[in-house]
Amino acid sequence: MLRILQFLYRVRAFLLFAFLEFLAIWMIVANNSPQGAAFFNSSNELVGSALKKQADVVQFFSLADANAALVEENARLKQELLGFQIKPDSMPLVIDSALEATFELKGARVVANSLRFSQNYLTLYKGSKDGIKPGMGVFNSQGIVGRVKSVSENYAVAFSVLNTSLLISAKIKSSEVFGSVQWDGVNTSEVQLLYVPRHVKASKGDTIITSGFNAIFPEGLLIGQISNVEVNKKDPNYLGITVKLSTDFSKLNYVYLVENTQIQELDSLYRKSDLPNEY
Amino acid sequence: MNIKSLISYSFVILVLGLVQILFLKNLALFGHAFGFLYLLGLLILPSTLRTIPLMLLAFVLGFVLDVFFETIGMHTAAATLFAFLKPIWLKAVSPTGGFDEAEEPSLLQIGLGRYVSYAFPLLFVYSLAFFIADQWGIGGFFSVLSKSFFSAVFTLFLTILAQLLFFRRKRGIA
Repeated sequence: MLRILQFLYRVRAFLLFAFLEFLAIWMIVANNSPQGAAFFNSSNELVGSALKKQADVVQFFSLADANAALVEENARLKQELLGFQIKPDSMPLVIDSALEATFELKGARVVANSLRFSQNYLTLYKGSKDGIKPGMGVFNSQGIVGRVKSVSENYAVAFSVLNTSLLISAKIKSSEVFGSVQWDGVNTSEVQLLYVPRHVKASKGDTIITSGFNAIFPEGLLIGQISNVEVNKKDPNYLGITVKLSTDFSKLNYVYLVENTQIQELDSLYRKSDLPNEY
Repeated sequence: MNIKSLISYSFVILVLGLVQILFLKNLALFGHAFGFLYLLGLLILPSTLRTIPLMLLAFVLGFVLDVFFETIGMHTAAATLFAFLKPIWLKAVSPTGGFDEAEEPSLLQIGLGRYVSYAFPLLFVYSLAFFIADQWGIGGFFSVLSKSFFSAVFTLFLTILAQLLFFRRKRGIA
């Protein structure tokens, strides 16, 4: 017995090492499982406020760019709004549930953003206090950005599109063929469009937009343009389509969050009919 | 370790950690070479500091970085491995009879050749562990190897630069 204890005492450094490594690997696994609750991340109040201080300084230098982008978007929206304005000769319509808004938008500021890992996340300065919930879609005027992962009172952490575990339902605008967009972890300006069968004609320059099937994003948000089409090397039944992202992830300042107000109804319908709802 | 050097080492680690968090987060040369400058704080700790406190320190340091970088566990795992191997490797590359107990294994104390042979393998192992965790299931073997190699080279370069610029010969920090 004494010998065993002596032995254990002699290898105590290694035992501690094994224990700490086990702990670290457990954290990696727990953090990366999509359903797993993340206990420690930058939505933590202390970390979030430090990141916000940093963003306050850094983003000061890109204020002009951010403003220009906002003005541009404002102009575009005004233009669209003109087309919707009620003519004096119209008569009031009774709005029924079919015309109810299914998507609600909110704005948020990006206080932290990573690009260089294979699992990249954004930290947003809006939290449960402002009605942000896990699962909301994130986009900006250029295109899609990601999906909210977890929320604290004042901050939210979102999967970036540049996160190899995030799949987004997408379609080719011209042919309405749909597939899933996923990042392969190599180039921060390109993602892959998966599950498009080989008979589909896809050509360079085609626009890729969200399909609206996954109830996270409304239909028709821009994702990017096809930059390369070839046969998928791993599975020759499908095309390997490379999409150039329209969003510049190195310059994210402000984003919009979108919530599908009918997601509960959809979810319960899916559950009733035993369909898995893929995000 | 006396109280004075304890304070100076804590100061160095704090500053390096801040630099890492504020400036080196999204910096990667050619999208390939990461700079893990904060490891300098662990590298220059004297050999009198035993494995167990060193490992605990590395664990905490890695964890703090992870929380800021949203890479929970990856820096932690790699830094713990780094701290476990550091005393063993330092002993292996020491001249016969060992370094002077009080001497810190920094560039200015042990010379460039010895510093590179001491620091580079450790930095490489750290980067390798980090990128294996990061690229798990996606990156190919060679992409992980090349990323690790170039990150180790880049980090080594950064640590040498930092020591030449900010460290004084003899005692600790400028």
